Amino acid sequence: MYQDKIMQESIRKVEAARAENVKLDPRRMTAEEKEQLLATYHPDYRQEQFTNLQMGPNKGDKVPVELAALLQAHSRIRDLTIDLEHPDYDVDVLVIGGGGAGASAAIEAHNGGANVMVVTKLRMGDANTMMAEGGIQAADKPNDSPAQHFLDAFGGGHFAAQKDLLQKLVTEAPEAIRWLSELGVEFDKAPDGTMITTHGGGTSRKRMHAAKDYSGAEIMRTLRDEVLNRGIPVVDFTAAIELIKDEDGKCAGAVLRNMETEEILVARAKTVIIATGGAGRLHYQGFPTSNHYGATADGLILGYRAGAKLLYPDTLQYHPTGAAFPAQIFGALVTEKVRSIGAMLINVNGEAFMNPLETRDVAAASIIRECSDRGNGVKTPAGYAVWLDTPMIEMKHGEGTIEKRIPAMMRMFGKFGIDIRKEPILVYPTLHYQNGGLKITSDGMTDVENLFVAGEAVGGIHGRNRLMGNSLLDIIVFGRNAGRNASAKAKGVTVGKLTLSHVAQFEKELADAGIETDAVSPKLLPDYARRG
Amino acid sequence: MEQMVNVFLFGKKYEVPESLTIMEAMEYSGYQLVRGCGCRNGFCGACATIYRIAGDRELKACLACSTKVENNMYVATLPYFPLVKEVYDIEKVKPTEQIMMQLYPEIYSCVGCNACTKACSQGLNVMQYIAYAQRGEYEKCAEESFDCVMCGICSSRCPAGISHPQVAMLARRLNGKYLAPHCDHLDDRIREIAEGKYEKLIEDLMQKPLSEIKELYNNREIEK
Repeated sequence: MYQDKIMQESIRKVEAARAENVKLDPRRMTAEEKEQLLATYHPDYRQEQFTNLQMGPNKGDKVPVELAALLQAHSRIRDLTIDLEHPDYDVDVLVIGGGGAGASAAIEAHNGGANVMVVTKLRMGDANTMMAEGGIQAADKPNDSPAQHFLDAFGGGHFAAQKDLLQKLVTEAPEAIRWLSELGVEFDKAPDGTMITTHGGGTSRKRMHAAKDYSGAEIMRTLRDEVLNRGIPVVDFTAAIELIKDEDGKCAGAVLRNMETEEILVARAKTVIIATGGAGRLHYQGFPTSNHYGATADGLILGYRAGAKLLYPDTLQYHPTGAAFPAQIFGALVTEKVRSIGAMLINVNGEAFMNPLETRDVAAASIIRECSDRGNGVKTPAGYAVWLDTPMIEMKHGEGTIEKRIPAMMRMFGKFGIDIRKEPILVYPTLHYQNGGLKITSDGMTDVENLFVAGEAVGGIHGRNRLMGNSLLDIIVFGRNAGRNASAKAKGVTVGKLTLSHVAQFEKELADAGIETDAVSPKLLPDYARRG
Repeated sequence: MEQMVNVFLFGKKYEVPESLTIMEAMEYSGYQLVRGCGCRNGFCGACATIYRIAGDRELKACLACSTKVENNMYVATLPYFPLVKEVYDIEKVKPTEQIMMQLYPEIYSCVGCNACTKACSQGLNVMQYIAYAQRGEYEKCAEESFDCVMCGICSSRCPAGISHPQVAMLARRLNGKYLAPHCDHLDDRIREIAEGKYEKLIEDLMQKPLSEIKELYNNREIEK
């Protein structure tokens, strides 16, 4: 139900052109066209939105101004006296973060015989994993191969991925699907057991596995259930606010803070896994986000302060199809699966202006171009947007397809009176994913000994852009990998005397660099409360 | 000027723009949320909320993140509900009726009041999926409950003390692991990978000069 006159008028054009548009398969852009498009319209190329770090392991490197402000901020423990002699928790493996990567890591560390504990600043499962809708990639069909998967992901990421990490990702993908399946995750299958797979933007084979459009939720709730079944301790509503090292400079735990009582606690551990996720709630460049409430880049801050290097912190993913209307769901994710199963991107005049399955960065830039220089956007209360013509899906695949394949999307818009089976929806790019993060080797460890990272907090697996379905995959592959290696490594670790001297050292470097700031980090939560 | 409405957050009156969701109304009123706020988009079930509109006897339930405020809405959030979660070993359980009797026997005390279904924030037929669980029809229970976000509202309304979301969770895992058709092509591919069939293919690809990889990428055939 669109009340707005401009929208109604535009919808009539979309409807009039639908029968013709639905037959089109717009040509893909050439490499040169894509390059030009990105350089002109992609937010990563807006130089004034970035700054060079003045200190720390990535001194001189370019990062978003919002991230720089947190990386070069004061520690939350600066004025506190912390008793490191009597830790509140003493474990083999400490997992920071309760999303898909953290849960996978915890399960594998448990399999490895380690005494493992999870701390998470909200509840277990409060994570971007829960909100991943579209699916998870794995080259398990006869016409596909891990090498083909590698080529798609490497090219889609602008040939910048760390090759050994990407090799691991694609090679272990089928095994990741089986692991989930054996834990009870319900993938969409044909009656004979064949996986129902579709394309994602930039895939050359149909290798997107899904659980309707609740793929991440289905994976996350299953992993959470498994963590609980195993009796792995989960300390919820408790954030890690600083890493702890031992006198040899190895990572040896974390300072924790109860999010409600603000009580400070100390966890000692032989190995630590950062699995804190992304940064959408930093709202880079003022973009809305599809991310979870807790996505504030905390792990990057903790790692950086402890001396771990970042890789590609200057590259973010703007998902091309964030909900642009109504206001109540502004920025919410409209899964790429909507395009995978047949909806096309249409401008204000009813024209299909691009192939709907270009990679995400290209699609986002193309929509921004349509809504800016080309003047072909649909005016909305928040700006401009383009149509995603969802009724096409049932023209192509028959009535009932939407309810069966993308029920969450149908529900999300239905709550606000829009029936996506009959009416198109308005979309505009939304901040979705942190392509960069902490640099790791293929065993999951950073250059700080005994500090591991998994999930969205890692940089380098995908290069400078990520394909749909490779993030749910990486949290499983690299979550498990980190869990296994951290538990194996813990067996040979004797923790020395605990120290926070690196935090004091960081504060000194901050002062030496002449940085004056009131900011403290990690941020923990965005501040949306209106004051006064 | 935007139209304003009165909402009563935990009984206290605030004036907020009518376009806001309940969650946004709380923030507009000055709340900095910690509990009761998760994905902010209807997937995680963190923001279960019960409300009543003044003058209306019916108690309603919803997710605060995806429900608009209404005038004279009395709101109480339910950021946590003590569901019963029984632990089990997924490798050892079997998808038979016995497992429900053993872990969640209270489902057989269902009085058929349908309060769970009426309260569901996702509009699911909760009582029906519990009926399927009672009969050991886990495939049907899994399908009927699939969109559950485990917010716990159903359980808060249940006179029999059933933890519906946890019952459904067990049914879905049993279905996914034991009842869904087995995928053979997945096993085949995993075996091929273990045998090293693709190792050289990827290694060769990785060794190629960048210009050649670009060439391969830009000209790769895309499955229709």
